Amino acid sequence: MDIVWFVVLSAFIFCIGVAGVLTRRNPLVILLCLELMLNAGNLALVAFSRMVGNAEGQVFALIVMVVAACEVVVGLGLIVAMYRRRIPIDVDEVRELRG
Amino acid sequence: MLLEQILFFVAAAGAIGGALGVVLLRNPFFSVLALVGHLVALALLFLLLRAEFIAAAQLVVYAGAVMVLYIFVVAYIGGVEETVAGGGLVGRVGPVFAATLLVELCIAITGSGLDALNTRGQHVAAGFGSPGAIGKLLLEKFLIPFEAASFLLLVAAVGAVVLAQRRRGLEDETDDELPERAGRAPIGGPEGRAGQDHEDATRPPAGTAEGPGDPTPEHDAEPSEPESEPEPEPVGGSA
Repeated sequence: MDIVWFVVLSAFIFCIGVAGVLTRRNPLVILLCLELMLNAGNLALVAFSRMVGNAEGQVFALIVMVVAACEVVVGLGLIVAMYRRRIPIDVDEVRELRG
Repeated sequence: MLLEQILFFVAAAGAIGGALGVVLLRNPFFSVLALVGHLVALALLFLLLRAEFIAAAQLVVYAGAVMVLYIFVVAYIGGVEETVAGGGLVGRVGPVFAATLLVELCIAITGSGLDALNTRGQHVAAGFGSPGAIGKLLLEKFLIPFEAASFLLLVAAVGAVVLAQRRRGLEDETDDELPERAGRAPIGGPEGRAGQDHEDATRPPAGTAEGPGDPTPEHDAEPSEPESEPEPEPVGGSA
């Protein structure tokens, strides 16, 4: 398969993720859509690494995975804190940031 | 060659189907399951790109560990479904924006001057993308990013514990807020103030009790009730 197929597929996945972030209102699903976008970036990184014939792009993909894991942990902690304070789990309802 | 193409299209259909499932399914639980399918299809694509270690890490870390975390949180907050499908201006403009971005990206990809995009990539040696090769890169050339990533994971873990821990004051605050929200607003004004007065009246004894322990409650009790000031002082002096 040509590399361009993989890159176009990653563009598709990224745009689906963008649409999800913009339209969904449940913060859990928004986090899932962020995962989609990060995975699309990973796919492009690995595809370009294969194109150049250099494994360094795969190390970048690993680091992106670490950052995605951190983002998930902090995001899920925020959602649990929202649930504990009986704030509705809806990004449209969360208008103010206060401690 | 033919097998590779079949595998690619099967995995691509799985990846796009999983991504669409994440966005379109109403129940967050099914969204998480769709993302698991998407990740498995993506791991197959990584294998086709000769990135064996990334594929294994994707399956074990993402589809295994991170998705279990999601499932736990969905089960904890009870998988609330969204009431109305994406209302508002952003909800309507969002898909249009995403489609525009897709067209733009496709033009950028096909119009780029990278000749190698239309090849199958460089010829690579047998060990390309194996755990050994990736580990060697991580510990030699990318040692500092590797350590920074581990530190970032530590910070994120501590942050999550701080965010999600059960705080005593936080629970009290929500308990106080709940009756007001439930509709006691018309009579809630004086009642709420009376509740505050009651809280203030109960605080100085608590301050005197905890007075010798730490200085802050003693300081807190000072302006509200000056008469009780001599009481904690001898205790503090004796201690």
